[in-house]
Amino acid sequence: MSEPRLFDRAVIAGIGHTEFSKESGRSTLQLAAEASRAAIADSGLSPRDIDGMVTFTLDDNDELALMDNLGIPALSWTSRTPFGGGGAGAVIQHAVAAVGSGAASTVLVYRAFNERSERRFGQPEAASNVPGKVSYRPYGLDTPAKIYSLWWQRYMYENGATNEDFGRYSVVARTWAATNPNAWYYRRPITLQDHQQSRWIVEPILRLLDCCQESDGGVALVVTGAERAADLAQPAVRVAAATQGHLRGGDIRFDFHHPDLGHYPEAGLVAQRLWQASGLKPSDIQVAMIYENFSPIVFLQLESLGFCGRGEAKDFIAEGHIGPGGTIPVNTNGGLLGEAYIHGINNIIEGVRQLRGTAANQIEHVDNVVVASGRSAMILTRH
Amino acid sequence: MPGMACGAARGGEAVPRVVAPIVGRDDQFFWDGVAAGEFRVQRCRSCSRLRHPHAPMCGDCGSLEWDAVALSGRGSVASWIVSRHPTEPDAIPRLVALIDLEEGLRAVSNLVDLAPSAVRNDMPVVLTIRDYEGVLLPQFAPAGAGDE
Repeated sequence: MSEPRLFDRAVIAGIGHTEFSKESGRSTLQLAAEASRAAIADSGLSPRDIDGMVTFTLDDNDELALMDNLGIPALSWTSRTPFGGGGAGAVIQHAVAAVGSGAASTVLVYRAFNERSERRFGQPEAASNVPGKVSYRPYGLDTPAKIYSLWWQRYMYENGATNEDFGRYSVVARTWAATNPNAWYYRRPITLQDHQQSRWIVEPILRLLDCCQESDGGVALVVTGAERAADLAQPAVRVAAATQGHLRGGDIRFDFHHPDLGHYPEAGLVAQRLWQASGLKPSDIQVAMIYENFSPIVFLQLESLGFCGRGEAKDFIAEGHIGPGGTIPVNTNGGLLGEAYIHGINNIIEGVRQLRGTAANQIEHVDNVVVASGRSAMILTRH
Repeated sequence: MPGMACGAARGGEAVPRVVAPIVGRDDQFFWDGVAAGEFRVQRCRSCSRLRHPHAPMCGDCGSLEWDAVALSGRGSVASWIVSRHPTEPDAIPRLVALIDLEEGLRAVSNLVDLAPSAVRNDMPVVLTIRDYEGVLLPQFAPAGAGDE
């Protein structure tokens, strides 16, 4: 099996980010450059060491423009991950594959946008008919909140989960955010009552406080060869496993056609591969960073990853397992609801911080962190 | 939304203004079917597998040959939402649902002729084609109460 050897050849060397805001006041390219410069400086490497770049297909920043800004002389590798936030975990898989295969020696991963002040993802979409992509706009299915809710209503029905159950996740996310100075909702926790009094976005599934933020900001990471680990400015973080999981009949948004609607089969496939490739199991994980565009997706992923059984997430969360002092703290930065929505990539740098011991809400004795974004995910480990 | 009957006339004027479908080469047959009062899917000429949503090639056998066939129009509600918080031109709330069709396929559609409080998962529904200011859409109504 070649995958573990590939993973062993690369480490996460540096992390960087801008402030997270609602109006950055500068271009997305500047945000990408600032975050990238910070990540390269954090690693102790120089722009001259970078010879690969990875970002999202949805990122508006051109690799060559970013090269010019950072003073990177030459690249041998570029790649982009599809599926929006569902591909957030795949950026590290790409970078590790590039370094582990020798296609590049050091890869800069970046994602930057003005997702609140310029290009808002939560707005109704224009009708379109891209071949192979059905538009359900004529039926009024026009926003991500509505599109995903149509899937999750079945989960609620089958498992007796309610919007109040979802609210218990939102309270946890905002609790973590309240003590994270990087979080937009720093010092602004909420109660379950606040959640239940927020307005419906999609009845009877989502209220306002179930929705992730819209944010401006940039995040970057540097991945380099494991042989350089000793020379880095920061403790290197190993990638124990990184994978994607896509299934026939699936779709990144309109994931309506798997026979069994009440769970998340792509996340289940990802989990199976993570545990198999790493030799780890859920009880070996100390922190879980779980992509959440909306609160219900945390429930589905907790179950898919095996932290609890199917349908049990509502009880698992209510029992306090994922909050401060819990058995498996989830989204210790406040997640995309509490910290910021940088398309999920800010959750990766929080995983790195937890392993370095530098997180705002540092968990004790962290050896392994899972960072999941539905159909892509990774396990990060102390080097 | 107490008392709101999604997609039904309210005060004689609250009919959703829908976004017209953009018809492409791969789904012309579907919208032709709607105009003819049918919910059509593709049936592979080689292996007879039914498929929906539309796709140019059969994922089971690789054939590009297919026929458009009309389904019975009977199904049940797999899941549903109220599409409210409306934005122009979706002027009034609508019920959006996933319909499990009795032939084993699943479709996105709207529920009509019932209030949100009356919707139940797995309730039986039947196809009805509705005209929204000139835009024809396949919709589903409670079985026994529909007009099909």
